[in-house]
Amino acid sequence: MRVTFTANGKPVEADDVWEGESLLYVLRERVGLPGSKNACEQGECGSCTVYLDGTPVCSCLVAAGQVQDREVRTVEGLAEENGELGLVQQAFIDAGAVQCGFCTPGLLVQTDALLETDAQPSDSDIREALSGNLCRCTGYEKIMDAVRLASARKCAKAASE
Amino acid sequence: MNERSERIIQHSAWRSHRTSEARAGGLSTRTIQGQKNLQDIRQASKDGIGGSPLRPDGTLKVKGEFAYSSDMWHEDMLWGMALRSPHPRANILSVDISDALKVPGVYAVLTHDDIPGTKYYGLEIQDQPALAIDKVRYHGEAIALVAADHPETARRAVKKIKVEYEVLTPIVTEEQCLNPEVYGYVHEPHEYKSHGSGNIVHSQKLVSGGGVTDEIRALADVIIKSDYEVGMQDQAFLGPESGLAVPAEDGGIDLYIATQWLHVDRQQMAPVLALPEEKVRLTLAGVGGAFGGREDLSMQIHACLLAQHTGKPVKIVYARDESFFGHVHRHPAKMTYEHGATRDGRLVFADARIVLDGGAYASASPAVVGNAASLGHGPYVIPNVRMEAIALYSNNPSCGAMRGFGAVQAAFAYESQMDKLAAALDMDPVELRQLNAMAEGDYMPTGQQIDSPAPVAELLQRVKDMPLPPPLDLDNLDIRQIPGALSNTSHGEGIVRGIGYSVGIKNVGFSEGFDDYSTARVRIEVIGGEPVAMVHTAMAEVGQGGVTVHAQIVRTELGVEQVTIHPANTEVGSAGSTSASRQTYMTGGAVKLAAEAVKQAVIDKGRRRYGWTQSDLTLIGGKVVSESQGALISVVDLLGDEAIDLTREHHHRPTVPFDKETGQGFGHVQYTFCANRAVVDVDVELGLVKVVELTAAQDVGRALNPLSVVGQIQGGCTQALGLAVMEEIIVKDGKVRNASFTDYLIPTILDTPPIPVDVLERPDPHAPYGLRGVGEAPTVSATPSIVAAIRAATGLALNRIPVRPEHLTDTL
Repeated sequence: MRVTFTANGKPVEADDVWEGESLLYVLRERVGLPGSKNACEQGECGSCTVYLDGTPVCSCLVAAGQVQDREVRTVEGLAEENGELGLVQQAFIDAGAVQCGFCTPGLLVQTDALLETDAQPSDSDIREALSGNLCRCTGYEKIMDAVRLASARKCAKAASE
Repeated sequence: MNERSERIIQHSAWRSHRTSEARAGGLSTRTIQGQKNLQDIRQASKDGIGGSPLRPDGTLKVKGEFAYSSDMWHEDMLWGMALRSPHPRANILSVDISDALKVPGVYAVLTHDDIPGTKYYGLEIQDQPALAIDKVRYHGEAIALVAADHPETARRAVKKIKVEYEVLTPIVTEEQCLNPEVYGYVHEPHEYKSHGSGNIVHSQKLVSGGGVTDEIRALADVIIKSDYEVGMQDQAFLGPESGLAVPAEDGGIDLYIATQWLHVDRQQMAPVLALPEEKVRLTLAGVGGAFGGREDLSMQIHACLLAQHTGKPVKIVYARDESFFGHVHRHPAKMTYEHGATRDGRLVFADARIVLDGGAYASASPAVVGNAASLGHGPYVIPNVRMEAIALYSNNPSCGAMRGFGAVQAAFAYESQMDKLAAALDMDPVELRQLNAMAEGDYMPTGQQIDSPAPVAELLQRVKDMPLPPPLDLDNLDIRQIPGALSNTSHGEGIVRGIGYSVGIKNVGFSEGFDDYSTARVRIEVIGGEPVAMVHTAMAEVGQGGVTVHAQIVRTELGVEQVTIHPANTEVGSAGSTSASRQTYMTGGAVKLAAEAVKQAVIDKGRRRYGWTQSDLTLIGGKVVSESQGALISVVDLLGDEAIDLTREHHHRPTVPFDKETGQGFGHVQYTFCANRAVVDVDVELGLVKVVELTAAQDVGRALNPLSVVGQIQGGCTQALGLAVMEEIIVKDGKVRNASFTDYLIPTILDTPPIPVDVLERPDPHAPYGLRGVGEAPTVSATPSIVAAIRAATGLALNRIPVRPEHLTDTL
């Protein structure tokens, strides 16, 4: 089948898609967006998290056909329009929250979604919001630091605007 | 075009020249992106060692542009997949591939008959067939391979391969393994070279002082003897085993792979592929974590066999369930420990037997046994010691390397013993440990003297002195902070707090006479009017941050700002394995040696040209500087168009094998220590545990990158937390029951507490910059502190890990 949807603001089209393919597979193998990661492919690890019509979802659990005519935003679409890193991306680098980095794309999308709804989450809020994203390297401490840093910068930016 | 982008382009041109031969046939965009991983690694920071410059690969990683092994892509590529055994032990009577070959889109179906070279490989003992030959020895063993145009085509073809099995009763218990006349052999005796006898892969005994006899026992006022058990832990790296094999015009293979040691992969692969090593070219793709699980081969040979056979590029990516079958795990262990002490708390003797289940193939079992035996009595001075460690062959999943390698299982036992001794003596458990703690100048039970700082007692004191987290405030409770309460299981009732302590010891580097040297190539040249250095090693960057540290070392040694990291590949000499906490010590040491040689060559060039006679010349800030007279010339003016490009090997001081019977010998390169304090809340009614805080203090000799050091310690502690309370591969009658992240649980951010870290820097005079390997010690030491805290909360003995709810509620 043919699937057409919007990925990071651009129309994309994938041909000869087998009906059993996931959105994750189509992104990674068919439309050149391998940033979303394939750690478990059963919705447990969160490394494939993308926005689907503005809501974070595990793209491994979304059938390709389900995204017909819908909007997908992936880690590749988190940077600013001028190409500079987004606030959450920069905070993850600065805080040392990236080691192997395989969990990072999903965590970035989930953190972005958290801060969109709550710019100043408590530690418990952060832990609850990110509890579907597994990381095996960091012990999560630097990830907590990164989210706190992104939150502080986001609030400072809002205050100065 | 600005100056920076011009430099990148110039440098890319140089690199594409270097690699053009290996690229014969050309790789399309995505693989090229794999090269970009490291091409873009360049930093304007002046941060040398001791600073915490940001990861050079961080930007690509947060943009989703870092090309991991599973991201590799080639326009004509096929997908490879393996048929795996559903039985842990069976004879293969026949394999019929004819129906699979008829599936449209299938290009090849291979069995062991199609292997062109040697059929067996292995890290230490070549006992593992690349594809099963006439029998299978574990659940999940690969039997046949398929290459097809789509992963679903490959899956369907795999299902059409007909295998006729004669299913046999698996050999899985210690009793069965040690009675092969009754239960059979996993491998026939003397089937392979340098092979253990019967179902024992390897054993190591150790005796020191007077050993452990009834006369020695009589010297103790208190004796504690217990049995302990550790379940099978998985590395659970997030990036699945994967890679892309591309057949080359010269008959060789280019493999883009996530591994821990490129050269030892190649060494094992080449004979199976019937290729000379130089025609098996490996380039490191992005690695999504490793933790020991990538020391053995997984899909490397399989992808290359399919690529050889079809003449097309072949990609293999394991799904998570296949990953559980596709790599070795941490050895489960059964241990018996006996300790005797005087009434004032001095250890008199320690006796132990450690039985490790090595599973179907040897993997790293011999070295794991060596570590268990030599480190298995902990960081304590014990006058009389006995130990026997063995690894068994069984029809359980193969076990090998995982972070902490042989030292983790024993630490759970000896630290549990320390707590029981302290209770029996009515002593503070930290004081008992401090009283018996080893220090510099003391001797290991192997007779090896500790010849660098060993601040064991101080580390314990430091975690004890850290402020405790506040007690649970039941009046102002965020129930998300108590065990299980995100699921509303409690509002504070039945919650009991406990505190526990532990300390552990781990060796750094490969041991027992192995020369695990590292190679580094460092180049300096002028690019875009600036001196630029390049580091080329085969070190596997698996997330630990070695690439960051290499650039820091070169900045410090060569006084340059711009450092490029060359892609890791087999064009340069071996870097050894990214394991055993060794890479900063070994390959970092090689980078230091190569950079020092380049520095000397730059200075010598100036001496020849200008006749400098000063003895105090060095490179700082892009200039040749006399420490007494100041800058003499810029490196740019001195080098002109010339590049200096030197390669050096770094060997650690030699070690020797342990004596087989006594365990005596200078067996280890370096020791490393970590202490922990765990605070837990336990819902004693439901058996739920929440670790509230996990404090660590570790001596790192010298922190080359403090941010990364802390990250390693926190990550290591968290894997130890997983082993303490949740992580276990459940194996029943040889079959794996929980090969998924739904059923094999690793700590989430909700399960993981704040981890305050206290980093000590006591330089080791034998090590580059005085550094001490960091990655593993916290994984050794942290588990027992958590179990001790749960014991303190519940009063239960808890002699088995992971501790599960049913162990706490007596509902097993």
